[in-house]
Amino acid sequence: MAKQKTQRKRAASYFDYNMLFILIVLIGFGLVMLYSSSSYTATNKFGDSAYYLRTQIKAFVLGLVPMIFFIAVDYRVWKKFGILIYLMSFLLCFAVFIPGLGVERNNSTRWIKIGPIQFQPSEFAKLAIIIFLAMVIDRIPKQMNKTKNLLKVLVMLIPICGVIAYSNLSTAIIVVGIAVCMLFVASPKYKPFFGIAAGGVAFVVLFISLATYRGGRIEAWLHPETAGDKGYQTMQGLYAIGSGKLFGKGLGASLQKLGNVPESMNDMIFTIICEELGLFGAICVILLYILLLWRMMVIANNARDLFGSLLVTGVMSHIAIQVILNIAVVTNTIPNTGVTLPFISYGGTSVVFLMSEMGLVLGVSRGIRLETMEE
Amino acid sequence: MERNLTRYRKKRYVMFMVIFFCAIGLCGRLVYLMVFRSEYYSTLATDLQQRERSIKAARGRILDRNGVVLASNRSVCTISVIHNQIKDPEAVIAMLVEELGLSEERVRKRVEKYSSIERIASNVDKETGDRILAYGYSGVKVDEDYKRTYPYGTLASKVLGFTGGDNQGILGLEVTYDSYLQGENGTILTYTDARGIEVKNAVEERIEPKNGNDLVTTLDYNIQMYCMQAAQKAYMQKNADGVEIIVMNPQNGEIYAMVDYPEYDLNEPFTLIEDYKMYAGTAEENKYQNQMWRNWCVSDTYEPGSIFKTVTTAASLEEKLVSLDEHFYCPGYIVVEDRRIRCHKTVGHGSEDFKQALGNSCNPVFITLGLRLGAERYYNYMKQFGLFSKTGIDLPGEAATIMHSLDAIGQVELATMSFGQSFQITPIQMATTVSSLINGGHRVTPHFGKAVSSTDGSTKEVFSYEAGKMICSEETSLTIRTLLQYVVEEGGGKKAYIEGYEIGGKTATSQTLPRSDHKYIASFVGFAPAGEPNVLVMVIIRNPSGIYYGGTIAAPVAREIFENILPYLE
Repeated sequence: MAKQKTQRKRAASYFDYNMLFILIVLIGFGLVMLYSSSSYTATNKFGDSAYYLRTQIKAFVLGLVPMIFFIAVDYRVWKKFGILIYLMSFLLCFAVFIPGLGVERNNSTRWIKIGPIQFQPSEFAKLAIIIFLAMVIDRIPKQMNKTKNLLKVLVMLIPICGVIAYSNLSTAIIVVGIAVCMLFVASPKYKPFFGIAAGGVAFVVLFISLATYRGGRIEAWLHPETAGDKGYQTMQGLYAIGSGKLFGKGLGASLQKLGNVPESMNDMIFTIICEELGLFGAICVILLYILLLWRMMVIANNARDLFGSLLVTGVMSHIAIQVILNIAVVTNTIPNTGVTLPFISYGGTSVVFLMSEMGLVLGVSRGIRLETMEE
Repeated sequence: MERNLTRYRKKRYVMFMVIFFCAIGLCGRLVYLMVFRSEYYSTLATDLQQRERSIKAARGRILDRNGVVLASNRSVCTISVIHNQIKDPEAVIAMLVEELGLSEERVRKRVEKYSSIERIASNVDKETGDRILAYGYSGVKVDEDYKRTYPYGTLASKVLGFTGGDNQGILGLEVTYDSYLQGENGTILTYTDARGIEVKNAVEERIEPKNGNDLVTTLDYNIQMYCMQAAQKAYMQKNADGVEIIVMNPQNGEIYAMVDYPEYDLNEPFTLIEDYKMYAGTAEENKYQNQMWRNWCVSDTYEPGSIFKTVTTAASLEEKLVSLDEHFYCPGYIVVEDRRIRCHKTVGHGSEDFKQALGNSCNPVFITLGLRLGAERYYNYMKQFGLFSKTGIDLPGEAATIMHSLDAIGQVELATMSFGQSFQITPIQMATTVSSLINGGHRVTPHFGKAVSSTDGSTKEVFSYEAGKMICSEETSLTIRTLLQYVVEEGGGKKAYIEGYEIGGKTATSQTLPRSDHKYIASFVGFAPAGEPNVLVMVIIRNPSGIYYGGTIAAPVAREIFENILPYLE
């Protein structure tokens, strides 16, 4: 008992400062790039070059609250709230369609407004799914051997994914991606995941070819030069990336951000990083993400229980999927779909929930028992 | 509590490696885009981001032989609009309509057209441009430009010509020497944002404009001005269709003055002159504009009439078919084949020697000489004198000689050719041929271009006009000079005589086609000093009212010119 006590004390004293440090660098760098890429638009729209920067900093500060909360509270309590969180996020995602609550922007209703607070429930859904799935798998770890059960778990996600996909296909894909990654880790098998991956690709292809308004995206992907307006964003992004060359034009010297690249502080921010900092800077950014993910893997591998490790796995897959999809989109490696670059792209809701997820991961890191720590 | 098993760790490791390889793949893609495709994309990006703004080069000036500026430039503005910078299109349209006096429809079309930059008007006064700039409307651009300006308006209009909207030569010397006068426009390459607004502090590439070179001409402002006034006077007094005056140096072909009255205002080249005012706004306006711009001295042909007797004389002298003391008898006509060709003096000049015959401008005598020469010889002499080729004057649109083919020259044609009828040449051809016959016998090239100098005044190129081949012997040339001096002193050219000066010359009165119109061209060509001529004056009065004899109306005009320019040239 006494031994256990000291172990607990030591366990409580562990904290993954490596990851925190990487996170701070990433956020700091992200803010610099956000200012660089948004100042032109901000000046034109609001007469204040730091408008977007200020809003983003506010979001980070606001995000500190849930982050510290998740670090402070023992993550194991979330097991009890798994179903509640799932239902809550489902309702919020559904609320988008309720007139008076939903806010329409760019022809999509992805936002809800309650009083002065405006946010994207789909961002919350990612966190909710991570907690929910970690809970589900933690309850029936042995049953993950069977493919049938894997599919059953996926079926549980159909309602919420359906609601999200209705207004925001990319987020739905990310949510499914997170779920598949978590199941992959939980299951001892490999084969079924090839099947799931194949099924997923087939579904996306079918969906795109059926939904006519997305059909143009394939054309824009294959031939952005000749696809007219649909290829415009892609081409402008490629211009920015291509003109960055090895070492870039220098911080703040992008010309493509001057109204040429649409969403230059948002989905397309990576193109501005490429233009200003060059191939060198772009690879550094990717490296920074890899480091962050590596720290998460270490935390997950050392987590003291399956639930904690699954939470971290979920967050890790979330960040990885978004980074890979975002960079793949801006480099025109895959057809265009709106995915933001975590910690760097502009977006309050995303920042707040990312910070929460980071809190969750750091919270799990606090539970690590040092003697068994392996890196 | 479920334990975190090793198999979970292994799976997680596999997941991380998949992510890692995806990242490597994306890095590879970035290397491809940013290293191998970088030139392609950055060129496209630069095309998109860079705007080229041209800096206009000033067109070179045109100077007379003494440096008087005949054509110069003044600063004007080009007004254009940039569609996506315009904030208040209605206000911009209203302002442009008011300031530029253009139709609203036209301005609206340009303003509302979606293009990067649309030109509204060029050659706008600098004051108007400054006023438009002062409104401060965004999206309205005022670029400085140069407009050609001719300080003396109508002076030498048919020689100088004018320029178009892009400062390119359209007519006259402006066209011939366009490549010298045109400067090279410079450019400013600036980076702009997506709305076309220049990026502040961005590196600006600048290529400085090179101003055009000045053209120094052989024209003499004073002589040109005096000749224009003389032509105007004759034009008014004789109510003529037109008056042409050419003053040139017979030794080297330099043209001091060339007038084709009525002249038009070079600063308003599209405004019809008073004589054609009634056609303004009609379908024929364009036709009369062309008419008004046409330089009759160079672009039109006429039957030279008796002045051409100098050619017949020169050919006959070369062939020694006549001597100065040979006697002729003129009964007032001569019969050639079945035709009776009358002398202008119907009662006949009676007995006369050759010198007197030239003084009398006696047709039968020159017909006789023409017949002595025969068609082939006569034709060959015309060719030798350079009458069948263009003079090579440095003005565009020189007309060619209209002449019978050799086979078609019968006795009658030969007879009429002998006194300058039945074929047509340009006035400049006539003046050049006479110059060549009296200057010692070498063919000259009439010209205006003397030299090209850069704006700082240093001469860059002097045009050389080689003395052409000898077309007659010096002896013949001397004889002609003596004969023509006699014509002025005692013959039909008496009205050109000035006490104290040796002037040679020949008059002509030719009837234009169709003969039934009874329209005439009175002309006179004179030179001084007769011993060694350094100036030749040719006066042509087309369709004068009243008296139409060259000796009576054209010779006095030449005399007035001589009176004024001979002291000046000394």
